[in-house]
Amino acid sequence: MQGKTPFLDTKGRVFLGILAAAAVLTPLLFLATPAGSSLHMPAYLVALLGKYLCFALLAVALDLVWGYCGILSLGHGAFFSLGGYAMGMYLMRQIGTRGVYANPVLPDFMVFLNWKELPITWWGFNSFSYAMMMVLLVPGVLAFCFGWFAFRSRVTGVYLSIITQAMTYALLLSFFRNDMGFGGNNGLTDFKDILGFNVQADGTRAALFSISAIALGLGYLIARAVVTSKFGKVLIAIRDAESRTRFIGYRVETYKVAVFTLSAMMAGVAGALYVPQVGIINPSEFAPANSIEAVIWVAVGGRGTLVGAALGAVLVNFARTWFTGALPELWLFALGLLFILVTLFLPKGILGTAAELTARLRRKPPEDKPQPTAAE
Amino acid sequence: MTRLLGAAVSRVRVELTRKALKWGAAAVLFGLMGAAFQPVSLRADTIDDVLAKFATDRFPDTEKAIQDLASSGLATGPAMLEALAASQLYFDPISKGVFLKDSSGALIAARTGVKADGVPEARLKKVRMNNSVRGAMQTAQGALSLMSPDPAKRLSAAESVFKSRDPASLPLVQMALEAEKDARIRGVFEQARASIIASDNSQDEIKRLDALDVIKDRGDQDAASLLSTIAASSNGRVKASAEDGARAIQSRLALWAHVQNIWYGLSLGSVLLLAAIGLAITFGVMGIINMAHGEMVMLGAYTTFVVQEWIRAHNPALFNYSLLIAIPLAFVFTGFIGVVIERTIIRFLYGRPLETLLATFGLSLMLQQAVRSIFGANNREVGAPAFMSGSFDFGPIAVTSGRMWIIVFAIAVFVGLLMLLRVTPFGLRMRAVTQNRRMASAMGIDTNRVDALAFGLGSGIAGIAGVALSQIDNVSPNLGQSYIIDSFMVVVFGGVGNLWGTLVAALSLGVANKFLEPIAGAVLGKILLLVFIILFIQKRPRGLFALKGRAVEA
Amino acid sequence: MSLAKDNPALTSSVLYLDGVCVSFDGYKALRGLSLTLEPGEMRAIIGPNGAGKTTMMDIITGKTRPDEGDVYFNGVQDLTKLDEAAIAELGIGRKFQKPTVFESHTVEDNILLALKAPRGALATLFGKPPKDERARIDRILETTRLKDHRARLAADLSHGQKQWLEIGMLLAQDPKLLLVDEPVAGMTDAETAQTAELLREIAKDHSVVVVEHDMTFVRDLGVKVTVLHEGSVLAEGPLDVVSADPRVIEVYLGR
Repeated sequence: MQGKTPFLDTKGRVFLGILAAAAVLTPLLFLATPAGSSLHMPAYLVALLGKYLCFALLAVALDLVWGYCGILSLGHGAFFSLGGYAMGMYLMRQIGTRGVYANPVLPDFMVFLNWKELPITWWGFNSFSYAMMMVLLVPGVLAFCFGWFAFRSRVTGVYLSIITQAMTYALLLSFFRNDMGFGGNNGLTDFKDILGFNVQADGTRAALFSISAIALGLGYLIARAVVTSKFGKVLIAIRDAESRTRFIGYRVETYKVAVFTLSAMMAGVAGALYVPQVGIINPSEFAPANSIEAVIWVAVGGRGTLVGAALGAVLVNFARTWFTGALPELWLFALGLLFILVTLFLPKGILGTAAELTARLRRKPPEDKPQPTAAE
Repeated sequence: MTRLLGAAVSRVRVELTRKALKWGAAAVLFGLMGAAFQPVSLRADTIDDVLAKFATDRFPDTEKAIQDLASSGLATGPAMLEALAASQLYFDPISKGVFLKDSSGALIAARTGVKADGVPEARLKKVRMNNSVRGAMQTAQGALSLMSPDPAKRLSAAESVFKSRDPASLPLVQMALEAEKDARIRGVFEQARASIIASDNSQDEIKRLDALDVIKDRGDQDAASLLSTIAASSNGRVKASAEDGARAIQSRLALWAHVQNIWYGLSLGSVLLLAAIGLAITFGVMGIINMAHGEMVMLGAYTTFVVQEWIRAHNPALFNYSLLIAIPLAFVFTGFIGVVIERTIIRFLYGRPLETLLATFGLSLMLQQAVRSIFGANNREVGAPAFMSGSFDFGPIAVTSGRMWIIVFAIAVFVGLLMLLRVTPFGLRMRAVTQNRRMASAMGIDTNRVDALAFGLGSGIAGIAGVALSQIDNVSPNLGQSYIIDSFMVVVFGGVGNLWGTLVAALSLGVANKFLEPIAGAVLGKILLLVFIILFIQKRPRGLFALKGRAVEA
Repeated sequence: MSLAKDNPALTSSVLYLDGVCVSFDGYKALRGLSLTLEPGEMRAIIGPNGAGKTTMMDIITGKTRPDEGDVYFNGVQDLTKLDEAAIAELGIGRKFQKPTVFESHTVEDNILLALKAPRGALATLFGKPPKDERARIDRILETTRLKDHRARLAADLSHGQKQWLEIGMLLAQDPKLLLVDEPVAGMTDAETAQTAELLREIAKDHSVVVVEHDMTFVRDLGVKVTVLHEGSVLAEGPLDVVSADPRVIEVYLGR
């Protein structure tokens, strides 16, 4: 407890170690082992784990705002989906003449809707670097504008949660509309290749997985750098006593907007990596329930721990995969029950509770001595 | 808007074509006059003569037969013409009998209108048609319907004349008018006559001006377009009067369009109010973020379904009372569930609103899945009792009873809740606990009990909202989800802790939605409203009617 | 603003309130409150519940905007135009009635966050801590007798220690003016006496406004007293004079 918080603690190192191992081993087990071998990793598993990693990145992003700054966003699914759509738009443009209507410029759904030219929103998406910029910019700008208005007028707590939920709901309705020009109901799918590599190919899958692992590691490092800086201390101060922070002279809204925007951009990256691995993005990703579910990942793992958020995302999604395979009827029961049990009995989540337990065990004997002086 | 007004007028419409009228108006007129002066008793030989002409298989005879048929007053006449139009009129070349086939394919004797058994069907021949026969048939149909014993047919025939404005039908109309007893139909005949006279440039100006007044009094979209047409083809005082009339009607109709938008808006608003009002208690007054609120509504709707199923199985006579039975049951059932939820989950989470949000969201998932497991994922059929179906006209607006009762019901629930909070001891305790929990507790109020009952009350009201919503929405496990965000928007927009705010917010959002819909479309309208509320909350975080002062800061 | 530039009461003051009114939903919390504080002065504000003491603090720190009236700091800065953070930057520190410290930070970090330093997001994210940071923190921990507790979480402190930590945070801000709301509420007698001593020490090089109910404490401070009643000043002067004022007695004891 002496001095400042180290940049990387033990669980951080373990986490990064596991990610590094996964980034190397998964492609190895997938590509370099024969299909029959007991070490071989099937393609569906690579895609599944890749998906988990994207969710984990989303959870880390959410933990940054909720766990450290007390902003419970019920709209992070929107940033995730917007990043996904930006990636999807790039992938759609890559289809080119291989679409059903073989239009070199317009994606199939636009030809189907009888559109004559590419809407302005789609310009530039044939360039990968432009699309990647949009992956960061679109969620970032939305979060910035939304946060600018919301935080400056001091919308906090539950009110903020409700309007973030309304935001993603409004986006859900918008993206369902064909006029929006993002494929309506069906969304964007039937992707062919990314940067010239076939999205379905084993090599591409392995690469996408490794990139997801690296992105999660980087996202964690960035978030960790933020929360261990003085900036991070201010965030926690805001979470604990917002008006106190103001009266000390910190412009709370600036901090909130900054961290909200950063978090949204991370969520956008997660969505962008998610789309090529699952092969589709459609408006249902904006569903408010998705965003709330992401919150429970963070709660399960332990909010304000970053690693816990990632862990929670993986655990809950693993449970989902298992249930939907074995007992699909019971999945919503289990998820619902998880929400209730975690909030009632495990408010600090797995890692938070574990940390508390070890701290209590370790500190117990010496704790007794300074106690009298403290009471004085 | 236009569609609705149009629908009021264009119910069933028999088209009297101009051409057909010119072909045979005179002949029919002559026949009808005869019919009019000797209405009921028909000589049997006349009828046989008419029928015999159908059997000659010659076009001029058929044509004559049709004209005579119109004036014969034969009860089966309209059915015969209909059969003819559908090529289902037959004759027996040997016995000269005439038959028609009805929609079920049964053979009916034209003379008597009774089933003709034992007629060798193979021998029958179809009555043939050419253009002139068809013309005569249409004219006869028009004439017959103007004089038809069925009021609805007379009405629609008169409406067709009003639109066709054919001078040739003037004598027909005149005569039908004189024979008419029903005041409403008389009115339409008068309008039809007026439309013919007013459109006819050869008529006397005074007469035309009088006719214009009749049309102006009619006052609907058809009258307005008729007046514009007349104005375009006339001049002088007639033109001026027609123009004035058209303008006056248009502006009156525009006003009605607003009235209708407001009505629809109130209807939507009352639905929002019903969905949100329980939340106004749990969220607004108690500060609990109950994400399972929508599921309480859903459970109320399913209660209605179960009640109706029981009634269908055990006592169908009670069906019209099914909603009245379901209301208390839904209240008790969902209220009980609410109390259980409060005692087992929410009471551990007071002061931690965000955690409450998550736990109740989990609960909503479980409730949805439970209902899905029990009742299946598909929509369940909830019937409407007699008083909920049907509609009546208010001005040019068709008001459906179901919508009207839902508005009434929403307001009744609102007033009831208001009274409950204002005048009952429980309401007093509840307000005391929300304002100052510790003081209330010190005064001997059992705050735990009040919390549980208040949450039960909010849930119970959601349940009875579900009974009403089962009438207008699909009863499925997802019912609640479609209301939860709207409900929160309403409560937050109205200002937390303020029932009146909830009322004003629900109704104004409903009305705003209906005014936006024609401009922006349904989905975009809703998006715009969401965006508006998001911006509004950022401007006034505490809603329309905010509680101010120190109490709020705590 | 029709304030004459040469208004001596304004230009020589550190805090100047004139005719301040504010109402909540028709309830007039302040009605024409006027108050002037000289540089280096310590002033005690007393008054029954609902007199407008906390609202006055809210006005000065920018939490609440007045409906009318002037609020000036150092004779030049119009506080009605600034938000909390800007006012804090000007050098006005506030201690709340209920001790509010950052519970999940250590005592040291609480002081660190309050320490006078650039408050911008970029500065806190990328800036290097100044060299004398640690020394300044040590000095403040010394003053507030929290040196032994520096690594403890603020949540684990006793009530009195939290109050001192909060005062320490105020000192760390190095404000020109301190607003202290009921600093001894809930303290033991010993703690109260220590707090009075602490405040007198602070008042040596700061202007201080103390709102307090505790008359013994106000007497200990030994400073000029302003009595608020129903949103305006009822009496002003040394405690002995004020407490002999029949109107004050009436307000406190009832008629």
